[in-house]
Amino acid sequence: MVDASVIEVLQNIVGREHVLTRKVDRVTYSFDATADVPRKIPEVVVMPASTAEVQGIVNLAQSRQVAIYPRGAGTNLSGGTIPLAGGIVLSFQRMNRVLEVDAENLTATVQPGVVIQELNNAVAPHGLLYPPDPGTVETATMGGAVAENSGGLRGLKYGVTKHYVMGMEVVLANGEKVRFGGKTVKNVTGYEFASLFVGSEGTLGLMTEITVKLIPAPKFRRTMLATFQTIEDAGNTVAGIIKAQVIPATLEILDRKTIETVEAYAHVGLPTGAEALLLIEVDGMAEAVVEREAEAVVETVAANHGTLRQANSDAERDQLWAARRAALPALASLNNTVVLEDATVPRSRITDMLLACAAIGRKYNLVLGTFGHAGDGNLHPTILADKNNADEMARLHRAVEEIFATALGLGGTLSGEHGIGIAKMRFLGSELGESGLNLMRAIKDALDPNRILNPGKLVPAREAAHA
Amino acid sequence: MPDAMHPTGLEDFPALRHELDRCMKCGFCMAVCPVYASEKTEGAVARGKIGIAEAVLAGDLALDDQEVIDTLFNCLVCKSCLQNCPSGVRVDRIMLDLRVAIVQKNGLPWLKAAIFAGLRLPLLMDGMMRAGALLQGLVFRQDRRLRAISPRSPFAFLFEDRLFPSPTASPLRDRLPSLIPARDAQMRVAFFTGCSFHFFYPQTGLDLIEVLTQNHVEVAIPKDQQCCGIPVLVHGDAESARTLARRNLDALEQSGAQYIVTGCGSCGGAWQHEFAPLLADDPVYGPKAAYWSARALDISTFLTQVIGYRAPQGQVQAVVTYHDSCHLKKSMKVSAEPRQILRAIPGVIFKEMARPDACCGSGGSYFLTHPQTSAAIAERKAADAAATGASIVAMGCPACMMQLLDTTHRFRTGQSVRHYISLLAEAYRAERLGQACRDSAQPTEHCRIE
Repeated sequence: MVDASVIEVLQNIVGREHVLTRKVDRVTYSFDATADVPRKIPEVVVMPASTAEVQGIVNLAQSRQVAIYPRGAGTNLSGGTIPLAGGIVLSFQRMNRVLEVDAENLTATVQPGVVIQELNNAVAPHGLLYPPDPGTVETATMGGAVAENSGGLRGLKYGVTKHYVMGMEVVLANGEKVRFGGKTVKNVTGYEFASLFVGSEGTLGLMTEITVKLIPAPKFRRTMLATFQTIEDAGNTVAGIIKAQVIPATLEILDRKTIETVEAYAHVGLPTGAEALLLIEVDGMAEAVVEREAEAVVETVAANHGTLRQANSDAERDQLWAARRAALPALASLNNTVVLEDATVPRSRITDMLLACAAIGRKYNLVLGTFGHAGDGNLHPTILADKNNADEMARLHRAVEEIFATALGLGGTLSGEHGIGIAKMRFLGSELGESGLNLMRAIKDALDPNRILNPGKLVPAREAAHA
Repeated sequence: MPDAMHPTGLEDFPALRHELDRCMKCGFCMAVCPVYASEKTEGAVARGKIGIAEAVLAGDLALDDQEVIDTLFNCLVCKSCLQNCPSGVRVDRIMLDLRVAIVQKNGLPWLKAAIFAGLRLPLLMDGMMRAGALLQGLVFRQDRRLRAISPRSPFAFLFEDRLFPSPTASPLRDRLPSLIPARDAQMRVAFFTGCSFHFFYPQTGLDLIEVLTQNHVEVAIPKDQQCCGIPVLVHGDAESARTLARRNLDALEQSGAQYIVTGCGSCGGAWQHEFAPLLADDPVYGPKAAYWSARALDISTFLTQVIGYRAPQGQVQAVVTYHDSCHLKKSMKVSAEPRQILRAIPGVIFKEMARPDACCGSGGSYFLTHPQTSAAIAERKAADAAATGASIVAMGCPACMMQLLDTTHRFRTGQSVRHYISLLAEAYRAERLGQACRDSAQPTEHCRIE
């Protein structure tokens, strides 16, 4: 319970102006970017500026048994920042400095509130790149991206957030500060703690500093857009490109519903009647290699009856990308509730998954379009519904369950990049099993026995394991 | 929950809920909101304000709560969020509805009511500004070089060290006949001066007229034109804004002009996008507003796209950078034309600044109500402008000119602040001077300098 004495201590820790107590302010932290999850107004919002202040807040929360909900920009899609029990929202927005760019060691060290794009702006003058690029790259914070293990459009070739985290400073639930990892490529000292905290969704500790790996920014790229009359042709093209030993930086797919919606919304010149569209970008440090890879893509598309457009300038590249960029906003414009799923399957099952999603949309009479990262099997079946229509929302929930079951049946996973949060927690057991849930609980109990860190997320309570 | 006994105050705005529903809370507005960049709180940005509006509809917050009012007014109405919204949510319409609802429910605060009455009563406004021009020496220190003033002690506590442009004792429209002829006139336009040119920057207004007459366009200056209404509208006083819109339509229609030109993004935006929806239910003025919305243009659009203006031959030797005024770029969609005009001036070396369309923090009156946030926003703009090495920062909006006059002075970055049209007028003058020198047997001092 956050009473006047808790507020007073918080004000002493971070300064009066960095503790938000007015209801009008607290209301704005009652939601994040996730559709169809409950809202809850926190009792207080606190904005620390240092690790020591974070420790002070954790110690206070521990002694008063108040929940802490860490928050970056609140752009996640799994309800990860919603303060389910009220309590304290801890916003990292003031801890937003890039502490160091080390071009010799190819690392950068940032505070958790740094926006991903700002990190890239800081490393670009060195010719370097931090590759993970979720759709929220211009707003999401590094702390949030690491906590959610965010993916993005470059996952196939460059991997996701977990492949770039080299070290951290973390404030634990007992108030202790721990540092591990660092700038060395090799480090086997102790447990592989980075893997523990990446993707922990704020349930195990509060990251206060993050060291990430950088790569030299690719100098050359070729962008192509292919359309197909059947989903099978598109799926075979994806497989064919990989078989030709080309790993594109971007290999994105749009299904028929998405193509139609994008064309009606943005008029970007897509062929109506196409069943699938692939946006393909190859990149690299050597022009000849990139050209050779582009040729292999051209041949593969032709062999699978695709129609290809190539970009010869940055302006033309922007035109090709316009369709992919418009996918979510175009679909979102169709109704007031956008449920954006991220069930993921092995790349070889992409065709099966696309067909299954379309069938599920028809079965439940829902508007459902699928787009996503074909190269890494991470699809975004997107359902548009009216939140004021109880019947439609009930059908939506059944469709989502079926999408999850289908993905698992194809050897895939519940979530490729959005996280579990509260949105998918009740399905966790169907993928991990009882023993997996017990392992999750054992880790949570060991690090946060009183459950003050982002409670109600990711780790199901014992009785609620099977919904 | 709200009911007939406990109204939210939003009952008269049926379209509001639908517009709020269209926001998917993605938070993309955070990437571009200048207030959020400075304050870093969710209540600063459009997504948070939409959440507040939803809470009002749900009965969790009330429109007569001063904290709710303050938060909803902590917005520059710069429309940056609209540009970055993937769902195209009309945040400007939402904010306007909320502010109008606040005024309907609570009335106008007395100070705003007094000022807005002044705007509605032009003679009173005129008298106040003239008295202010005469008496400014009592309250303000003068800086004659900058044509600027800043508060004197004991008034300095108001806006310590802030520079304001000196109000003129001889407002623009008083100096001019109602029709300014042009040699071989091909066309007549009406110049909607707006209050800023009229009271603070009459010389810029004269520059704009000179550019038009140089291009064989005669310029009507309707005497009865008044404030465009944006200052009252953004504070929720829709009724005053309607009154002003009707009077302006009457005044400008009588001028016999084919186009209305403006040199202020807010005024031009009002003609293009605000009058018609404001007067939608008015059978007489609604169609008039719709007619003129397509014929009201920024001077740069008129010059480059309607008449194909004559590029100047005279030189302006300067490194120039350009600031995109929010209402000019984000409301009127004018950004290429002023750059085209600046680049075509001989001698101008044009340097683009980083984030040229980031707000300067003026927000009309936001700098008065939120001086700290406004100054923090302005500081970034000053640094971006200074980093180009330019000696002149040009723009197309007098409200930004006022803000940047203070900003470049406050942060000692040293650029002079000009409307782009003044640089074009200067180039035409240099051209005439050069011509006169070539024609003259005895070159004058000026000719040798040139």
